[in-house]
Amino acid sequence: MKFVVCVKQVPDTTEVEVNKETGTIIREGVPSILNPFDEFALNVALKVKEKVDAHIVALSMGPPQAEQALKKCLAIGADEAILLSDRAFAGSDTWVTSLVLARAVRKIGDADIIFCGQQAIDGDTAQVGPEMAQHLGLPQVTYMEEVEEVGKSNVICRKETDEGYVRIKCKLPALLACLATSDFEPRIPNIRDIFRAKKKPLHQWNMGDIGGGLEEYGLEGSATQVIKSYAPSERGDCVMVDEPPEAAVKKILEFLSDQGVIG
Amino acid sequence: MIVVDGDKCTGCGVCVKACSFDALELVEKLAVFDDGKCTYCGVCISACPTDAIDMERKPQTADVSAYKGIWVFAEQNGGKLKNVVFELLGKGKEIAEELGEELCAVLVGNKVEYLPKVLASYGADKVYMIDGEVFENYSTDGYKSAISMLITKHKPNILLFGATHVGRDLAPTVAAHLGLGLTADCTGLSIVEDKYLLQTRPAFGGNLMADILTPDTRPQMATVRPNVMKRPEPEEGRECKLVKEDFQINPRNIRTEILEVITGGVEGEKPVEEADIIISGGRGVGAPENFDMLKAVARSLKGTIGCSRPVVELGWMPKSRQVGQSGKTVSPTLYMACGISGAIQHRVGIRNSDIIIAINKDREAPIFELANLGVIGDIFKILPLLASELEKKSE
Ligand SMILES: Cc1cc2nc3c(=O)[nH]c(=O)nc-3n(C[C@H](O)[C@H](O)[C@H](O)COP(=O)(O)OP(=O)(O)OC[C@H]3O[C@@H](n4cnc5c(N)ncnc54)[C@H](O)[C@@H]3O)c2cc1C
Repeated sequence: MKFVVCVKQVPDTTEVEVNKETGTIIREGVPSILNPFDEFALNVALKVKEKVDAHIVALSMGPPQAEQALKKCLAIGADEAILLSDRAFAGSDTWVTSLVLARAVRKIGDADIIFCGQQAIDGDTAQVGPEMAQHLGLPQVTYMEEVEEVGKSNVICRKETDEGYVRIKCKLPALLACLATSDFEPRIPNIRDIFRAKKKPLHQWNMGDIGGGLEEYGLEGSATQVIKSYAPSERGDCVMVDEPPEAAVKKILEFLSDQGVIG
Repeated sequence: MIVVDGDKCTGCGVCVKACSFDALELVEKLAVFDDGKCTYCGVCISACPTDAIDMERKPQTADVSAYKGIWVFAEQNGGKLKNVVFELLGKGKEIAEELGEELCAVLVGNKVEYLPKVLASYGADKVYMIDGEVFENYSTDGYKSAISMLITKHKPNILLFGATHVGRDLAPTVAAHLGLGLTADCTGLSIVEDKYLLQTRPAFGGNLMADILTPDTRPQMATVRPNVMKRPEPEEGRECKLVKEDFQINPRNIRTEILEVITGGVEGEKPVEEADIIISGGRGVGAPENFDMLKAVARSLKGTIGCSRPVVELGWMPKSRQVGQSGKTVSPTLYMACGISGAIQHRVGIRNSDIIIAINKDREAPIFELANLGVIGDIFKILPLLASELEKKSE
């Protein structure tokens, strides 16, 4: 089988700080990481590969330095990697991003399963996966937690829902948007893995490789436009209590009573 | 534009049978489309056994003025409407009044005829309903086709979904299918320049807010986080127009099948997203059995237990209790954060609480930036004392 795993390099949003005056992200010193959801998706693909014969292609759209994320994928176990990098892609919204990725998947050809993370931790939209499935005309399972079984023409997965979860059967080829489960343990590549990864193919593709015109990509192709970004307002009117426990509890009770929570 | 690949089409006619709108016929063993009848529901694309049918999807530049009405996707599960639907109707009403347009609910399901009057009581002027057995359970293929067909036929200006698991599966699918812009997980909506929907959403893990417009494609689509908009008071007996659409899909064209449904509720307690009082614990609670301290407080206040993400990762609490960016957004009257540092990913989930009390031994903890009452102290000393005082009061 052939699997494509779509990954994104993201700033580690737990380390990000905002310049409250300008309302912009302070990027200096913030490490770039492989989006955790995508890392989980790659692990799911690798787990399935333990059961069926498969070739795994890691695919990423991003600036040249996103190569780092792909190198990590190769070290973890992907067989091949493709970086889609072109200035024409800069500023793409989810619709355009999913179009670029879908065209690359078409070019790769014969993918049985496309794995992607449920969402990226910088944008958090969770839209690229389903949009890509549509561009490719494929069925999808989002919030996918575990692949239970892969057959010739079907896959059975466990999918999280608002109410709990479902076991769902989906026709192949398909797209699975994976949700990181809490018991997920990332694979840490050792020196040998990293060394072996250097021999695996890492291709660079640009707009010419996937086709399409300038007007379809980047800001121009995007239907949504970000017009402003700013730091969220905090309340900042906290009444602080720094007293021994008995006195603190008394303050809490008074507060609850003032607010009408208790009589 | 629907396109048929002449090399791949075998003239089998499966698509002709699959189409509910008579938009296809076979001409000399080749599928041919009638663009006037086609509703772009996409059933034929998934039905075609040889992948010969495709749709060219380009973000359309719509004749914006032809699109009217504020639509709300009336998500239901087993015939019960999701809370977020009422919240969206409340917000939708404001927008509809500002624009002088109708507020409409879009209802897809099986035997849901009793729901339009509920939707009307919450403000819907009109309900579009597609009712049939294939729509009993949510499926991406089935619901996408139904919604796409309604959009193409009735041309709404704005379409809102709850950012639930279903909404976040369906909305991007419809958006990509019809070539529409979509903004995910909004926490604010307003109208600017008398016509554009300004969509506000958190990004970068909640560190930043972004204002987004969809200038050229219609409908303007957004998913909206549950528990952010205010739920309006229902007006019993309010009437609405009902538009029933006869739309059927052959179950064979739905490419997924639910094998088993497992619901994971916590015994007897309200889910956090519906709770009025939440006593929430973080890593500082130290061990699963220490949650008993929080439960004792919760009991006196008739509250529910919530938690931060590490608590879930450590296996102390089920995922359904997790509050924050990758958990639930909550909007209780009281949120009490015990031993929670207040990382941005946690704070985004609790901003809509009426009051927040934080107890933390670290005076620098970021949770205090958001709290109304900040208690610097040890939860192991404060909580048992608080529980017993509350118990005394309730006696
Ligand atoms: C993509 C992504 C999504 C995330 N989503 C979420 C999410 O949905 N929800 C979420 O909560 N987190 C989320 N996180 C994690 C988040 O970044 C923080 O790591 C997490 O919220 C910290 O949880 P905590 O406050 O319980 O633990 P800690 O940060 O370890 O804080 C523990 C606190 O307890 C205090 N404490 C310890 N002992 C005591 C005591 N005896 N008395 C009083 N106080 C005490 C300490 O001072 C400290 O402030 C996410 C992270 C990422 C990257």
